[in-house]
Amino acid sequence: MTEAELRQIVLDTLGDIAPEADLAALPPGKDLREELDIDSMDFLNFVIALHEKLGVDIPESDYPQLVTLDGAVAYLRNKLGI
Amino acid sequence: MSAFVMPSLGADMEAGTLVEWLKRPGDRVERGDVVAVVDTQKGAIEIEIFEAGVLDRILVQPGEKVPVGTAMATLRSNGAAQEPEPAPPQPPPEAPPEPERPPPEPPPEVPPPEVPPEITPPPEQPPVEVPEPEAKGGVRVRISPAARRRAAALSLDLARLRGTGPEGAVTLADIEAAAVARVSAPPSGRAPGVGFDPAAMRRAIAAAMARSKREIPHYYLTQTVDLRRALTWLEAANRDRPPTERLLPAALFVKATARALRKVPELNGFWEKDAFRPGAGIHIGWAIALRGGGLIAPAIHDADRKSLAELMAALRDLVQRARTGGLKSSELTDPTITVTSLGERGAETVIGIIYPPQVAIVGFGRIVEHPWAVDGALAVRPVVSLSLAADHRASDGHRGGLLLAEIERLLQKPEAL
Repeated sequence: MTEAELRQIVLDTLGDIAPEADLAALPPGKDLREELDIDSMDFLNFVIALHEKLGVDIPESDYPQLVTLDGAVAYLRNKLGI
Repeated sequence: MSAFVMPSLGADMEAGTLVEWLKRPGDRVERGDVVAVVDTQKGAIEIEIFEAGVLDRILVQPGEKVPVGTAMATLRSNGAAQEPEPAPPQPPPEAPPEPERPPPEPPPEVPPPEVPPEITPPPEQPPVEVPEPEAKGGVRVRISPAARRRAAALSLDLARLRGTGPEGAVTLADIEAAAVARVSAPPSGRAPGVGFDPAAMRRAIAAAMARSKREIPHYYLTQTVDLRRALTWLEAANRDRPPTERLLPAALFVKATARALRKVPELNGFWEKDAFRPGAGIHIGWAIALRGGGLIAPAIHDADRKSLAELMAALRDLVQRARTGGLKSSELTDPTITVTSLGERGAETVIGIIYPPQVAIVGFGRIVEHPWAVDGALAVRPVVSLSLAADHRASDGHRGGLLLAEIERLLQKPEAL
C-alpha cells in the first residue's frame, strides 16, 4: 500500500461518517473533530473502521495522534511499516 | 380478523406515507416483525406488528399518505380460515375511481368570442380521492431495505438511481455502481435529503417542544458529579478491549440513570389524561443529534437490565440507524424517559425540555476539569454537570433530587454498573 492509497482509505472512512462534508477542502493539519463536527461516537466509529479495514490496533491512549488527517496518516504509516 | 393500522409514532404525528410492504398477503407474521416501511417527519421508520397471524389483505399501496389510525392491512389470526372476500370497506386502492370529468364540450357551432379563457370560470372538478404521489421525487422506487439503507448511508438520491433488478428494482449492486460513478462526478454541495426531510423534522420538533412548554410545568435540578473514579475505571476497561467493544462515558450515564430510576419510578413513565402512568420497563430515549440538524430520541429497551457492553452496542446501532433510516416504530413510541448527553464537544450544562407525554429528561453536559474540594483541600477533578427537568404534575423536586443523588452514587462505583 502506498501513502496515497492509505490517505484515500482514511478519507473514505471519514466520508462514511460525515457524508455531507467536502473532504477535498479538509485542512490536513486541523482537528478533524472541529472541521467535520465529529463527536465521541463518530470518532470511535472512525477508529473501529480503520481497525477493521487495516487490521491495525489503535489503543485509546493513541487517539490524540489521530485527530488530524496528516496525523492519522502518519500514525497508520508507522503502524503498517510503510 | 383484525386491522393493522398506521401507528402514531409520537404526539406530533398526524399521518404517514407508506414506502413499501415487507410482507405479502398470505405471509405469516410474528409479534414484533417488521411488516412495512413508513415515511414520517422523522424519516423512514420500520413498522412492527404487535399481533401474530397471517397477513390477509393489503388496503394501502406504496406512495399513499394516510392518517394515523387508518387500516393499512387486515390480519387473520393463526389457524383461522381465509374469510370469504368481504365487501370491501372502502374502494380498493389498486383502482382509484376514474375522475368524473365533465363530458367534453360539444364543438361550438360558432367561434367562441375572443376572450381570455380565465374569464370563464372552469367547470368545477369533483373532488377525487387519489393516492398522494411519493413524497419526494415524484417516482416510486422499487428497492430492497438493504439497498435502501446502503443508499442512505452513501447519501444517494433514490429517485436518480437506475435499477437493474426485477421490474426495475434498485439492487445493492446498483447502489455501489452509483456510488462509484458519483466519486468521479463533481461535488454537488449538500447531499439530497435522504433518511429524513430536515424541514419536516423541524416541524415535528417544533410541535412537540411547543406542546411541552405550553402544557408541562417543568421543574429543574442540577448537580455536579465527580467522574474521576468512573473515567479511571473506563480507561482501564478499554485498554483490554478491541475498538468495537470500547465503552464511552455515555454508556455509564445511561446505565446509571436507568438503574437509579428503579428507586424513583414516578419519573419513568407518561402523563396522560391528568394522571401518571408508570412505564412498563425502563426504556431510555437516547437523544441523537442528526448531522445537518434535527434530533431524535429512540428507545434503548430495558436499559437497566443491559450490560455496559450491550448498552454501548445499542447506542452505536441507534446512532447509525437514526442517521440512515431503519428505526423501528417501537423505538419511537416506547421511551419512558429521555437522556441527553452532549459529548466531548458540547456545552458544559444542558437543561432539557421534556418530550411529551414523558415526565422527565436527564441531561449530561461535557466532561470538564474543575477545581474540587477533597478533604478540605483543592484538587482538580473531571466532572460532569448532571441535570433533571421533570413534570411537576407527576413528581416533586424532592423526588427529583433523589434521582440525581442516586445517579451520582452509582457513578462512583462504575465496576458495579
